[in-house]
Amino acid sequence: MADVPSSEIERVFREHYGRAVSVLVRACGDIDAAEEAVQDAFAAAVERWPATGIPPNTVAWIITTARNRAIDRFRRESTRDDRHAEAMRLYDADEPELEEEGAVRDDQLRLIFTCCHPALATSVQVALTLRLLGGLTTTEIARAFLVPEATMAQRLVRAKGKIRDARIPYRVPNASELPGRLRAVLAVVYLIFNEGYAASSGDRLIREDLCADAIRLGRLLAELLPDEPEVQGLLALMLLLESRRAARTTAGGAVVLLADQDRRLWDRELIVEGQAIVRQCLARNEPGPYQIQAAINAVHSDASRVEATDWRQIVALYDQHLAIAPSPVVALNRAVAVAEVDGPEAALALVEGLDLDGYRLYHAIRADLLRRVGRRVEASLAYGAAIARTENEAERNLLESRRRSLVE
Amino acid sequence: MALYLLSIYQPDGPIPPPEVLGPIMEDLAALNRQLKASGSWVFAGGLHPPSTATVIRVKDGETLMTDGPFVESKEHLGGFTIINAPDLDAALEWGARLAEATTLPVEVRPFQHDGAR
Repeated sequence: MADVPSSEIERVFREHYGRAVSVLVRACGDIDAAEEAVQDAFAAAVERWPATGIPPNTVAWIITTARNRAIDRFRRESTRDDRHAEAMRLYDADEPELEEEGAVRDDQLRLIFTCCHPALATSVQVALTLRLLGGLTTTEIARAFLVPEATMAQRLVRAKGKIRDARIPYRVPNASELPGRLRAVLAVVYLIFNEGYAASSGDRLIREDLCADAIRLGRLLAELLPDEPEVQGLLALMLLLESRRAARTTAGGAVVLLADQDRRLWDRELIVEGQAIVRQCLARNEPGPYQIQAAINAVHSDASRVEATDWRQIVALYDQHLAIAPSPVVALNRAVAVAEVDGPEAALALVEGLDLDGYRLYHAIRADLLRRVGRRVEASLAYGAAIARTENEAERNLLESRRRSLVE
Repeated sequence: MALYLLSIYQPDGPIPPPEVLGPIMEDLAALNRQLKASGSWVFAGGLHPPSTATVIRVKDGETLMTDGPFVESKEHLGGFTIINAPDLDAALEWGARLAEATTLPVEVRPFQHDGAR
């Protein structure tokens, strides 16, 4: 059982990082102290685990070790705020050796809502969530968002400083605040997923790691908030989108659109899981934007060939989406489905009125519709507008090849 | 409990007519009464326009004065309220009510420690 490689210890710590830090934040009353304590526990694990093997109750081991190290630290460093030491001692006396599962879940929820507090900028919420709940290193987050490591480090330091000094509370919002605050949390997770799913810049379309991190966070939220239908909806949506990953790009990294994908490459397991959640959501009948988008993707997943897609069902779902949460982007996506039911002419009429000039997909979709109705010159101009707004290399290549095909 | 500074940012220009300002002052007075009743009130006050400001610098023992506000801008600090609140959420709630009453943006900022006393 001995000889645990350090990469395995790293993996285990990343998996349990959020749980450990969330408990330690409550214990220490400070995020930096909590992170230091978990880092200390990691050092202890690197020292001991190769000889002892990974302890059976891993989370409890990490939390207990981190807590003991934190207490040592507080006792050693007399410069620290006495209240923290006091809190630690109280906590030490109060808590049993093993963390009660329910208490850990509450702490994780507190940490999620702190990371996604509306007083923090979205980019900061994303970075904090990936760092504290996702267990990613600053280097990894910087790389994922293509910013210099020093910039990301500074962003995190500043954020933790604001949480501490402005006293952003460590608690789950009450029932009246919850819907609004939860929307921010879901938006952060979906933003992480989207950055992985269609990287806004860089040469690759997909960054698998970020998708996996977002799904991991989505699963955690679904476990912590089982009665929130939109939490389930977001998880289902991400699973269904992720199921198509292998089919979305060629071996060379070129983009393959939904209609052209080899559907045998879709991940059946993820589809089954996502569709099961969608069915539960339908049965609950408290629709929301994420649930509806998941349902739309479930319809796509049902079709073994693109010709078998139930476009009428998709248009109906978009109608429902527009009724509860109208937005020009949703109207644009609805138009794509309308093109399949009533033809490109009808879809084009819907698209023309939309105020989405800055959105690359608006121009790309409009270009496709113009091409289909034979208005080549306008289509070419629209592809040009889409290309000008696209930072991602793989996406730009696809748009350029479409534009070239107009003259062939 | 922590102290927070709630700063009200006001566009420069003429003072609004009484029919506009009157209801605002009433709302503000009501808010201050509520702040006092809740025990959160520490201090509140409105400032004369930035044209009344003087900036002082001391360099090599010499005092230099300039007429006007520190930063030339279209908006300036118009007044502020200092409150006691258990955490940022509570401070933001009072901040939101102040912004609603004054119809102006409010910056919420924590004091270091418990403020200089």
